[in-house]
Amino acid sequence: MSLTLLNAVVAVVIAIGFAALNAAYLVWAERRGAGRIQRRPGPNVNGPFGLLQPPADGIKLMTKQLMIPGGADKALFMVAPVLAMAPAIMSFVTIPFSGSIVAHSMNIGVLMIFAFASMGGLAILFAGWGSRNKYGVMAAVRAVSQSISYEVPMLITVITIVMMTGTMDLKELALSQSGGFWNWNLFPSLSSPLMPVAFLIFFVCTLAETNRAPFDLGEAESELVAGFHTEYGSMGFGLFFMGEYANIVIGASLTTILFLGGWGCPFGLFPGVWWFLLKIYLLIATFIWIRWTFPRTTIYGLLNLSWKILIPISLFNLLLTAGLLKVF
Amino acid sequence: MSAPIHIRPDETFTLNVGPQHPATHGVLRVKMEMDGEYIVKAETVLGYIHRMHELMGENRTYPQVLPNLSRLDYLGALGYTHGHVLAVERAAGIEVPERAEYIRAITVELNRVASHLFWFGAFVMDLGGFTPLMYAIEDREYILDMLEAITGSRLTYCYYRFGGLYNDIDDDFIAAAKAFIPRLRKSLKKYDGLVTGNIIFRKRLEGIGPISAEMCRKYGATGPVARGSGIDFDVRKNEPYSVYPEFDFDIPVYHECDSLARYKVRMDEMEQSLRIIEQGLEKLPDGPIMPKKKPKLIKPPKGDYYQAVETARGSFGIRIVSDGTKNAYRFKLRSPTYSNMHMFDEACEGMMIMDALAMMGSLDLVIPEIDR
Amino acid sequence: MGAYFSEIFRGLQSLAIGMGITFKEFFQPVVTVPYPYKTIKMSARYRGHIELIENEEGTPNCVACGMCQRACPSGCISLASKSVEYEVEVKGEMKTKKKKVLTKYNLNFTTCSLCGSCVESCNFGAIEFSKEYNLASSRKEDFHFDLLERLKERNS
Repeated sequence: MSLTLLNAVVAVVIAIGFAALNAAYLVWAERRGAGRIQRRPGPNVNGPFGLLQPPADGIKLMTKQLMIPGGADKALFMVAPVLAMAPAIMSFVTIPFSGSIVAHSMNIGVLMIFAFASMGGLAILFAGWGSRNKYGVMAAVRAVSQSISYEVPMLITVITIVMMTGTMDLKELALSQSGGFWNWNLFPSLSSPLMPVAFLIFFVCTLAETNRAPFDLGEAESELVAGFHTEYGSMGFGLFFMGEYANIVIGASLTTILFLGGWGCPFGLFPGVWWFLLKIYLLIATFIWIRWTFPRTTIYGLLNLSWKILIPISLFNLLLTAGLLKVF
Repeated sequence: MSAPIHIRPDETFTLNVGPQHPATHGVLRVKMEMDGEYIVKAETVLGYIHRMHELMGENRTYPQVLPNLSRLDYLGALGYTHGHVLAVERAAGIEVPERAEYIRAITVELNRVASHLFWFGAFVMDLGGFTPLMYAIEDREYILDMLEAITGSRLTYCYYRFGGLYNDIDDDFIAAAKAFIPRLRKSLKKYDGLVTGNIIFRKRLEGIGPISAEMCRKYGATGPVARGSGIDFDVRKNEPYSVYPEFDFDIPVYHECDSLARYKVRMDEMEQSLRIIEQGLEKLPDGPIMPKKKPKLIKPPKGDYYQAVETARGSFGIRIVSDGTKNAYRFKLRSPTYSNMHMFDEACEGMMIMDALAMMGSLDLVIPEIDR
Repeated sequence: MGAYFSEIFRGLQSLAIGMGITFKEFFQPVVTVPYPYKTIKMSARYRGHIELIENEEGTPNCVACGMCQRACPSGCISLASKSVEYEVEVKGEMKTKKKKVLTKYNLNFTTCSLCGSCVESCNFGAIEFSKEYNLASSRKEDFHFDLLERLKERNS
């Protein structure tokens, strides 16, 4: 498929629409889910089941004044929210929702997504530094050290999978697992018996990379007020929020493609986009469930987890898989 | 990583935590000198909610001060009023009917459970877990409903009177309290699974925020904070008052001196309070709730009177110096969290801000009670 | 090495227990009350602000003795009265007697702390607690209650 200008515009518009819709309604789902877990109804006043709450929130955010704190680095302050949102939307372009629904399929899709994901850390750093707030700076430093240390085990796990399948194309990766759930990378295979552990590592890293609880140290509200977006109001905050949820969707999509067979049906029947959506929303529901169950980790607990547990185990898995691939 | 680091860095910055900050649960301000995430020096600043309760106690008649005592600590108000009425009764020599004392003990213990439940929720929220707060509030709501039905108020009860009580309890209250005890025991098991056993929670508290027994003595810390440092002191046992000698209960003491020990003390205390309530309802005698002979105007004879009680936060002392008039000459309140809080300055040196604020949560601060 | 793995394992187990608990709670019924649409009945002893009680003739029970005013710790009650002469038959003779009649009973609710000392000090059963808790306004003056006025309003 060649990327003509029209194609690109359509793809970007769809990606923005999908990201915005997801961000809006995932907030709603999160609030409803949190409500049920805490034995209260959650937002239920605006519209049926509170479904009109996200548009109301959006209008409220858009109509508020954008405040720039005195002494802030204006350029960085303004750029940061956009930088948080843009890579998330860009990543959507390369994600295959099914065999035919993909904006632009490329043979290094995995690499591209990780490259864009790393830009999220930059946005947080800009936001924290630019807003001239001590809490913001502390949160930004935390978030950056967090995203750097969690990229390592995540990438090692991905390398394991790339080694097994021999491709970096997301579409090929998903197709290699088609046929039924026994073919999924989630389950141990002859060449890689530790795959469920790898899945767990990847899942934890996704939580950490997307700044989700229990790893939401960048916005630890009980000690750093609101972390890097303390000074943001209006749509600046809205963009951070949307970016966060868009990242969650990407994280869930990537997990689905790498481990859960993409758009393939667990029983080999009717593969299609519905299976893909079902899988990512189940993963997102788990994210929400985790967030409302656990307290937050500490920054050193978080780094210890990465460097002392996740990296050694994922490295071991990589070596084991490499060895077994040579044998079989 | 958790061991305090004692260095004097060349360059520090000042961080103002509070007076409006989510972690301080009120208007406490902590001026922190920070080296990155490490606290070099911290200084707690008070006075943002000072209301001159002691002066009010000297300017008003004894019954007029009664409602003030509920305003000290809005979570465990009954314990403080209990101290006040006991002090004035001692000063004026008023006899209290036995039934009234039993009801006082039952309601104080219920209030203690309510206070600890709320602390539990808020503490876990300090650590970033929001859901346990909701569960704790739901359980606490039962206590508030019970107390509202008998006292007429949910938070600032003003239930005790010199010599007895404002209202008698009824059968509904007894039935509700009896139904509540097994309910809370079930909930406590749930909290154990959800919070106490949780690896993230334990990692954040085990060995963090050490407060030694020596330091507790130095600052005069009492209550669960001192008991978490291995000091076996509880006014209910050591200087028994009211009808507490009649009850069979234990004082939980832990020797680890960390935040987790303080957490465990409070969780165990809830169970012990339930035991007291159970026994109190069992032994509850019949009779009047106000004495037959009660002076119309309370004018304690000249003298100096002191009464200490164990509230949810520690030992609360009240000193009344009477000059024989209807107003106290000196009305001094010794509030437990005032002493407990001042340990924060020393204890948090060299800690990371996350751990320091977790430790602050484990001290169970109620700011209006510190400032009075 | 064994301790390393067992710690990881026990940690994961504790996380699973926690998630099991929240999963169970997810399917429990909701316990809150949707406040403006549904309200809870206040308990019989609920202490709201005070109201005057009237007797059978429709006049307040209050004899304007001022006990409540003296008992109030924050001085939020102010009342005024005037003496009126009235005639009663005592032993077959008509005699004129003086009686205090309440002309003003104001409650400054902004300083009231709802302690209930006034109700307790009243020897004539003239004041009671209202069950109102929905008091909100942006103006201070709205909380200066004229209780005599309120009594009249209740009657009409």
